[in-house]
Amino acid sequence: MNINELLDSEKGNKRFMLGNEAAVRGVLESGVSLAATYPGTPSSEIGDILFKIAKEANIYFEFSSNEKVAIEVAASAASTGLRTFSFMKHVGVNVAADSFMSSAYIGIEGSFLVLVADDPSTFSSQNEQDTRHFARQANIPLFEPSNPQEIKDFIHYAYDVSDKFNIPVIIRTTTRVSHMRGIVETDEYTKNTKTYGEFKDTGLHVPVPEAARVMHKNLVEKIRNIREISNESPLNKIIDNGANLGIIASGGAYNYVADVVNQNNLKVNILKIGFSHPYPEQLVKKFLEDNDEVLVVEEVDPINEIETLAIAGKYNINTKIHGKCDETLPEIFEYTPDIIFNSLQKLVSFEDKRNKANEESEIALPSRPATLCSGCPHRASYYAAREAVNSLNLDIESIHPSDIGCYTLGIAPPYKMASYLMSMGASVGTSCGFSKSTTQQPIISFIGDSTFFHAGIPPLINAVHNKNRFTLVILDNRITAMTGGQTNPGIPIDGMGDEAPAISIGALVKSIGIEFVKEINPLNVKEMIEVYKEALSYDGVSVIIAKYPCNLINKQQIRERNYRIVVDQDKCVHCNICVNKLACPSINEIDGKITIDQVCNKCAVCTEVCPTNAIHKE
Amino acid sequence: MVYNIYICGIGGQGIIKTSIVIGETAIHKDMNVVMSEIHGMSQRGGVVSTELKIGEDKSPIIQDGGADLILSFEPVEALRALHKSNTDSIIVTNISPVLPSTINQQDVDYPEIDDIISELESKVSKVYAIDANKIAENAGHPLSMNMAMLGAATAISTFPLEKEDVIKIMKENLPPKSIEINLKAFDEGYNSCK
Ligand SMILES: Cc1ncc(C[n+]2csc(CCOP(=O)(O)OP(=O)(O)O)c2C)c(N)n1
Ligand code: SF4
Repeated sequence: MNINELLDSEKGNKRFMLGNEAAVRGVLESGVSLAATYPGTPSSEIGDILFKIAKEANIYFEFSSNEKVAIEVAASAASTGLRTFSFMKHVGVNVAADSFMSSAYIGIEGSFLVLVADDPSTFSSQNEQDTRHFARQANIPLFEPSNPQEIKDFIHYAYDVSDKFNIPVIIRTTTRVSHMRGIVETDEYTKNTKTYGEFKDTGLHVPVPEAARVMHKNLVEKIRNIREISNESPLNKIIDNGANLGIIASGGAYNYVADVVNQNNLKVNILKIGFSHPYPEQLVKKFLEDNDEVLVVEEVDPINEIETLAIAGKYNINTKIHGKCDETLPEIFEYTPDIIFNSLQKLVSFEDKRNKANEESEIALPSRPATLCSGCPHRASYYAAREAVNSLNLDIESIHPSDIGCYTLGIAPPYKMASYLMSMGASVGTSCGFSKSTTQQPIISFIGDSTFFHAGIPPLINAVHNKNRFTLVILDNRITAMTGGQTNPGIPIDGMGDEAPAISIGALVKSIGIEFVKEINPLNVKEMIEVYKEALSYDGVSVIIAKYPCNLINKQQIRERNYRIVVDQDKCVHCNICVNKLACPSINEIDGKITIDQVCNKCAVCTEVCPTNAIHKE
Repeated sequence: MVYNIYICGIGGQGIIKTSIVIGETAIHKDMNVVMSEIHGMSQRGGVVSTELKIGEDKSPIIQDGGADLILSFEPVEALRALHKSNTDSIIVTNISPVLPSTINQQDVDYPEIDDIISELESKVSKVYAIDANKIAENAGHPLSMNMAMLGAATAISTFPLEKEDVIKIMKENLPPKSIEINLKAFDEGYNSCK
């Protein structure tokens, strides 16, 4: 499917859509006027598509500087009566949480949907947190689609709930649902016509304590009323096969249940939950009464399961409830057809007709760990940092707080330049902690440009004010690379694709009083090493801005490098510095000879690293 | 009946596009299809895989041992995918290796191609080993390698889609300026497995 088809698809057309594409189509069909995000896998493609089509669809779209700002932009815009949209990965909700909580209290005049993509098995995240907890904490209704068609359809439904109750709503997906492709039958779409709303001060938008008490009371009442809707909702449905065993399943986990049940002709009743907060108490009560045993299947935490247990307790129902709590199912990681098969075999007996899987290869396989690209500017920054630290000949370890991005790969040997990482922006805050709690250990920390704008600025202010000592390297590769190459506030382009003021990192850090600020192209590694040494001897907060574009946005310049990198075998003394210390993926030792591969981007850092000039441009 | 195809290789080889063409062809023939794609850190030399299920299944994940066809764009990746195969599976693999970037730092050497193929042959019913990189170069561009692999898959007797239908969807999905080269690669791939 190409992007134009997303806009052109007519009512009744069937398209092969990625979950994230279906989300875009869903919000377009729903008449959204404004969308704001900070990128995060597995939801990133939604932003990549909106970036391309926002103008044509006549909606406003921005890459906000972080998720909290995105929520603030979309929630306040919804208070002018517009229909608005925000989306993020699960950990983005942590960043947005403070404002997101209040948005439920304050309520909205229009409608406001937040799609949150969880990442069971942490394909691209630092944790497996389950957004469904947040929905309960914040009193926000939550929906769990199982496939792309449902993502699109549930968006319509969720907006209706938001509209009717003036409350924000959450669609919760998982990696396998957002990155699943399936057939989506599209509905009517007409180009958005509503560009502006109007804000009216009703006196109900400011949760000062007195007002907050009233707001909380109203909110709890809303949720009570919405629970009635959840009980009756077509998104929660019982498939009754007159069995004694029932399965309650939601989200991506439902798909495995449906397949195992079908393939093995199992006689079970199924309650598919699509509208999972507020949990449909009466419906679940009925399901419990109709079954002797019930298995609850969900990813990641036992949330629906505990709700189910509570309902059984409240109504004194004796049905046996299985799931994660009794270890019928694993408590962590995403599910697979085999996991569901095995757990169902514990509850019903049926023959194992699956094809026997082959054993793993008997040949030992080389692994394929992700590495920084050939020509990546981060490699030069890390090589130089390692050289500078080694040159100090310390008998104590250096400390390297790091952050989240492509550059986290600097954790790998030979650089070993990431020794502490918490969350986006934490490199700076944790450097403050190490600065106060250690004395001789040098501290060099790393943060990307996008991450710096996201959450690096307040802790840097803290660092200056509290008189810390560390070196912060801002790896300014002119893009948000890890998530696929989105723009950020340092780039002169905004989410609409229009020209925009680029924020100068150099001017910004100077303005908070940092005196040691050096901006340098890291591909000049020799100079880079000297800058590190200078920074290391500086008593206070020093900042090095390593500025050179990521390959993703540097294609033209790479193409224009009208030379090759070659190795003069006669000059090579086999010191292997290029292979072992620079560790560029394009340089390999094959049959005792240093060779440069086809993928080489000719950044030429190796020519500076080679002590005999055997590696050179030609 | 469900036909399960596991496709694997390395970022940048065009695996997702190939999978989409297969999926859209299935839709064109009114078949149900679901697909899962994992491409976490694909820009940086990592493994990419997709799972395609043509038929009535809802979940996009192929159970272990459940693949009818494994289409591997790189020989070592075919070995890595063996847990998805059973003794009746068919494997089509490209024999042009892509060395892991860290191979010099690893204890394990890149295996000999002949050893890879005999290991595969010892596990499944049939292995088609083709030099898809060469086919693509002969067709006019290295990047048409994925269409050579698609051609090869289409030639497999159990493959549920017809050549003409796949070609129709290729034409709808690929840029017009490269379609000729891609069709040539597809044909050569097809002939190499027929
Ligand atoms: C709170 C939060 N939001 C989003 C992400 C997803 N994410 C991981 S790294 C990254 C951005 C990295 O960009 P940058 O700092 O510029 O480093 P680069 O990848 O370009 O080296 C993002 C958005 C995350 N991990 N946590
Ligand atoms: S995508 Fe860019 S930042 Fe990431 S590893 Fe490649 S060159 Fe480096």
